Formats: sequence, structure tokens, C-alpha cells
Amino acid sequence: MLEAKNLVFSYTKEGKPVVDHVSFQVAPEERVGMLAPSGFGKTTLMKLVGGYMLPDEGEVLVDGKPLPEKGYCPVQMIWQHPEKSVNPRLKMREVLAEGDQIEDRIIEGLGIEEDWKNRYPQELSGGELQRFCIARALGKGTRYLIADEISTMLDLITQGQIWNFLIRETTERKIGMLIVSHSQELLDYVCTSQVDLTL
Amino acid sequence: MNQRKKTLVIFVGAVLFLVVVTVAGVFCYDAARVTDFSRKNLSPCGQYLFGTDWMGRDMLTRTLTGLSMSILIGMCAASISAIIAFVLGVMAAVLGNKVDSVISFLIDMIMGIPHILLLILISYALGKGFKGVMLGVALTHWPSLARVIRGEVLQLKNSQYIQVAYRLGHSKMKVAMKHMVPHLLPQFIVGLILTFPHAILHEASITFLGFGLSAEQPAIGIILSESMKYLITGKWWLAVLPGIMLVLTVVLFDVAGGSLRKILDPSSAHN
Repeated sequence: MLEAKNLVFSYTKEGKPVVDHVSFQVAPEERVGMLAPSGFGKTTLMKLVGGYMLPDEGEVLVDGKPLPEKGYCPVQMIWQHPEKSVNPRLKMREVLAEGDQIEDRIIEGLGIEEDWKNRYPQELSGGELQRFCIARALGKGTRYLIADEISTMLDLITQGQIWNFLIRETTERKIGMLIVSHSQELLDYVCTSQVDLTL
Repeated sequence: MNQRKKTLVIFVGAVLFLVVVTVAGVFCYDAARVTDFSRKNLSPCGQYLFGTDWMGRDMLTRTLTGLSMSILIGMCAASISAIIAFVLGVMAAVLGNKVDSVISFLIDMIMGIPHILLLILISYALGKGFKGVMLGVALTHWPSLARVIRGEVLQLKNSQYIQVAYRLGHSKMKVAMKHMVPHLLPQFIVGLILTFPHAILHEASITFLGFGLSAEQPAIGIILSESMKYLITGKWWLAVLPGIMLVLTVVLFDVAGGSLRKILDPSSAHN
């Protein structure tokens, strides 16, 4: 069980916190959709849950234990902008090797072609790059996956292909998912439950 | 020939010239100190391309020796300077706010004092000579490179792909070696080479002013300051030819550094 308990976070000392007493739970096999308008702090919340930042108050627990400070984080996040989350100086083969023993099944399932692995990030399109980022986040140690607007740069057919793969893969491996998207249709299709953060 | 090949040719040419000057100078060291009054005050001719001075010393060998000494001092000083810059820059960026403000203060302070003043003070305090000049130049030329490296590391530390790498369980050491070093190295090497011309010019200037290498050595600063006394009697070659060679050396270092930057980091060279 992935739990967020009473998370509070603000970027400045004064002023209203961006994330204000938010709590939710994600069970393995569950796919929870997050709904909120732009600028509401969804990405900030996801960074807290993914362990990229520490909350001012509250805690993030996986099976009752806080996220590890060192070593592989069981909660992995896929970012909105894949071109920023890969090192422009590494070939895609090395980017994949950064992950935790990525299986060939995942690489094939995402439609990554062998030839792409020998290229640099600048030589791939946003959609192609995002597949690598998804594959990298699906290493052996991953228990929960955060998808923050991961399919906005993809065409509809590719979106369908990737989401169908993710649903299959996460169900099989009992990986819980947290999904942020502006598309209500996508959330309706993919998620097992939805949380409206504005309420 | 494309742009890259052309740049490579220019780089190799510049480096080759500098290496030849340095090596030739080292072998000319003894010849540069030979005095022969039967050939004094000769203007440039076929046998003595740069002429001879009032003690009959061959100016070509003196110039080459002087330049090679300058280049060697410049290399030592620039390397020490670059290492100081690298260590302090990385420390400032990695070790937290307090260390950062101390190092930033140090950088601002050294940059605030005119180079030549600090150089003279350090060189004089260390008893002039080779050691004084080298340490003087080394201790004054690190701040600008340190500032660049600090900025780069700060930016890298907050970049998304490095944050992701930490979450993927990579240790700080591994992230530093795999993600940071390949990014910093080209900038570091180019910064190092671009420090050479400064170091050489400053070595020549303080020697010229009498705070550097001692007067019996054929250093370029000594050659230039001695020639001052003879310029008025029309012996132009004593100052002009060594002066041109010094400028050429400095410019070639600059060209070499600039083209190396273009080769190593094509995208940032456009900025």
C-alpha cells in the first residue's frame, strides 16, 4: 500500500501552501487518477510522493515504511517532458541501462526499435523518447508508478498502444499506478478509481 | 572540407606551432646565453633572423628560449589554477550554502583586486624568480573558471535527469562520474587552455616590471625591458620581433582554445 498522509508543501515560507493537507492511498493493482485544474500543484504533489522533495509536514509511506533515502526508490515517476529526464550526452542504450534490469519484454511491448538504442536523445522524437523513460521506470524494484501527463505528446494510436501495455504490465506485476492527466476520457478508460483534488 | 575538419586543422596547426616553439626554446637555452662581441648590434639578416643585441647575443634563440620559458610557466600556473578552480567550484556547488557563500566571497574578492597588483605582491613575497612567478600566476587566475564550474554543477544538480538517476538508486559517486564529469570536462579543458594566454602575458608583464624572473635569464619580459634602453638608438628589432612573437603565441593559444571548444561542444559554441 502506498500512502500519502496529510502532505503539506510550500515553495515560500510565507503564503498559502501549494499542497495543503492532502491524503490518499494507492493499493497494488489499483490505478488511481488525479484530477485538478492547471497550476493546482499536481506535479508538486507527485514529486513529494515520488521522493523528489521532502514535504514540510506529513509523510509518504510504502507498506508502512518511509521512502528510502538511498538506493532504488520503489515509487518511480515518469515525467511530462522526456527530453529533460534523459542525459543528452548518453546514448539511449545507456539510458535504459540506468534502470533496474529492464526486461526485453518491456522494451518490445513499448514498441522500442533496436535501432533507436544506438541514437542520442536529440535524434528521437518526444514520443519515442517517452517510451524509453517509461521502460526505464519499469525496473525490477518498481512497486508503484507515477505517470504525470506522460502521453500528451503522443498521437492517439500510440497513446492507446502505450496505455494498453501499461495496464497489462502493471496488472501482471501488481504495480500500483498514480495517473495525472487533463483528459477525462483517458482517466475514465485507464483508472480503477479517481480522486478530485479540488474537493 | 567541412567546418569541423577546418577547425581541427586550425587547432592542430596552433598546437604544433606552440610545441615547436617550446621544444626549440628548450634546446636553444645555452645558445641564447652565448655572448660574442664580434657580432654585436647586427640588424636582422640571413644569418641572424632576429638580429643580435649589444652583447652579440642571437635574438632568435633568446626569443625562442624566452617564449618557451613563458609557455612552461604558463602551463604549470594554468594547470594549478585550473585544479584550484575545479576543486573550489565543485565544493561550492556540492557542500551546501555556507561553504558556497565563503567560496563565492573568495571568488569575488580575488576578482575585485587587479590581477597585476596581487601578482606582484605574491611574487615579491615568495622571493621572485621562477617559484614566485608561477605561484603568483597560479593563485590569481582561478576565480573566473571556478565561477563557471560552480554555476554548471549547481545547474546539473537540479536538472531532471540527475534527480531521476538518484531515484533510480545510483550513488552520488556514480552520478558524478557518469553524468557530471562528461559535461564538465570539455568546459574545464577549454577553460584551462584559455587561461594559458593570460598566464603567459602576466608572466611577461611582471618580469618586465622587474618582479619576476631574474635578469640573467633570457625571459621574454627581460628581453623587452632591456630593449627599452636601446630603442631610442634605432635598434627596433630588439623589441619589435620578440614582441610580435609573444603576441603570436598568445593569439595562437586563444585560437587553439576556441577551436577546441567548437570541436568538443558544438552546440554551446553557438551561444
